[in-house]
Amino acid sequence: MIVVEKLTKQFKGQVVLNGIDLEVKEGEVVAIIGPSGSGKTTFLRCLNFLEEPTSGRIKVGDIEIDGSRPLNQQQGLVRRLRQHVGFVFQNFNLFPHRTALENVIEGPIIVKKIPHAEAVVLGKKLLARVGLAGKEDAYPRRLSGGQQQRVAIARALAMEPEVILFDEPTSALDPELVGEVLATIRSLAEEKRTMVIVTHEMGFARDVANRVVFFDKGVIVEQGDAKALFANPKEERTKQFLSKFLNNTH
Amino acid sequence: MEEAFQLALDSAPFLLKGAYYTVILSLGGMFFGLIMGFGLALMRLSRFKLVSWIARIYVSFFRGTPLLVQLFVIYYGLPQLGIELDPLPAALIGFSLNMAAYACEILRAAISSIERGQWEAAASIGMTRAQTLRRAIIPQAMRTALPPLGNSFISLVKDTALAATIQVPELFRQAQLITARTFEVFTMYLAAALIYWILATVLSHLQNTLEARVNRHDQES
Repeated sequence: MIVVEKLTKQFKGQVVLNGIDLEVKEGEVVAIIGPSGSGKTTFLRCLNFLEEPTSGRIKVGDIEIDGSRPLNQQQGLVRRLRQHVGFVFQNFNLFPHRTALENVIEGPIIVKKIPHAEAVVLGKKLLARVGLAGKEDAYPRRLSGGQQQRVAIARALAMEPEVILFDEPTSALDPELVGEVLATIRSLAEEKRTMVIVTHEMGFARDVANRVVFFDKGVIVEQGDAKALFANPKEERTKQFLSKFLNNTH
Repeated sequence: MEEAFQLALDSAPFLLKGAYYTVILSLGGMFFGLIMGFGLALMRLSRFKLVSWIARIYVSFFRGTPLLVQLFVIYYGLPQLGIELDPLPAALIGFSLNMAAYACEILRAAISSIERGQWEAAASIGMTRAQTLRRAIIPQAMRTALPPLGNSFISLVKDTALAATIQVPELFRQAQLITARTFEVFTMYLAAALIYWILATVLSHLQNTLEARVNRHDQES
């Protein structure tokens, strides 16, 4: 589904990603963990080219992009890829001037050119899917953080992506609102949706992900089956990192 | 007093005809100024240095020189280069070029104030840059831009009086002409001032209505 080869990213001479190889299979849920500054968010943003890689290749479905070529020379390809790759932001990034429903149907109508009535049916179904039936006409400002993030998930789903990327989807939420968003993502995992999730929620990563990838200093230090890696990390660096979470994991 | 009133009444058709030109110049200047200003704002935000730089020079020139001088260059200066314009088009061009510079700066600032996340959210659902601007960025930027644009518009309404100096028969020019005939200086200029005032008030009211409409997602639940 996703194949990443030798992805590197330098920012002002500093190496943020140093040769990442990763494959994600259809129906797989991959959690990316690691300390802040390890490059995990940059990696995720490179996957749909919100961040321009310095070199390497990224393949999603049958779309392949060479990261060493300037992005503005392959914008059409990048846009096509993005239609297959949903992205859920840490800060939701809903359109504040549009209602919950309008946020969800914006992509289908403007990008996919689906008829309005059809998009509305789809949008309502998706809002119900994330537990927000009845909130169609609410503007984002009137929704809680958890509700906003669920609208954002519905917005990503509306494009019927082959894979959804989550960038620390609960980091900006009040603690009591984290659960509802995680439950929504969990239910997507149960539908066998392909997802890559950057998260600090270790318990969630262990329970929901099939595979966990541990990033540090711009490289993948260790990866493997989620439960196995949490129970029995092999690398010293992984052990150190996980030990900090042992006390406050659920 | 009664005489003055009678005079104002007799001159009303002339003043109203002048007010008509004032409105034409104001709306026309604003309309073309906005379109050009928007283009210039996009140029300013372009990643191509040269394009951005051209817009910068333009804005710097039109904001850094008196509007009156700009009008004189267009109406009295251009004929020497073989370009002869009638007073009304000359004034319309002058006001549009001038307004474009101010609109550019207002729109550029408003567009820059929209956070990156909005661009990224639009990009993440596969929107083009044009779609992003039209659907996500401009509607939000307009909220920021409307109050300063409204102020510029009201300034423009008042600045159209400068067109009197290049023979446009607008409100102030009409007042001047009637004054030259009747010597009722105070009455005529006061009447003209009142009409400017009414125009400005109506326009501010329109601006407020528009602002309220654009901001409606703040109030409603």
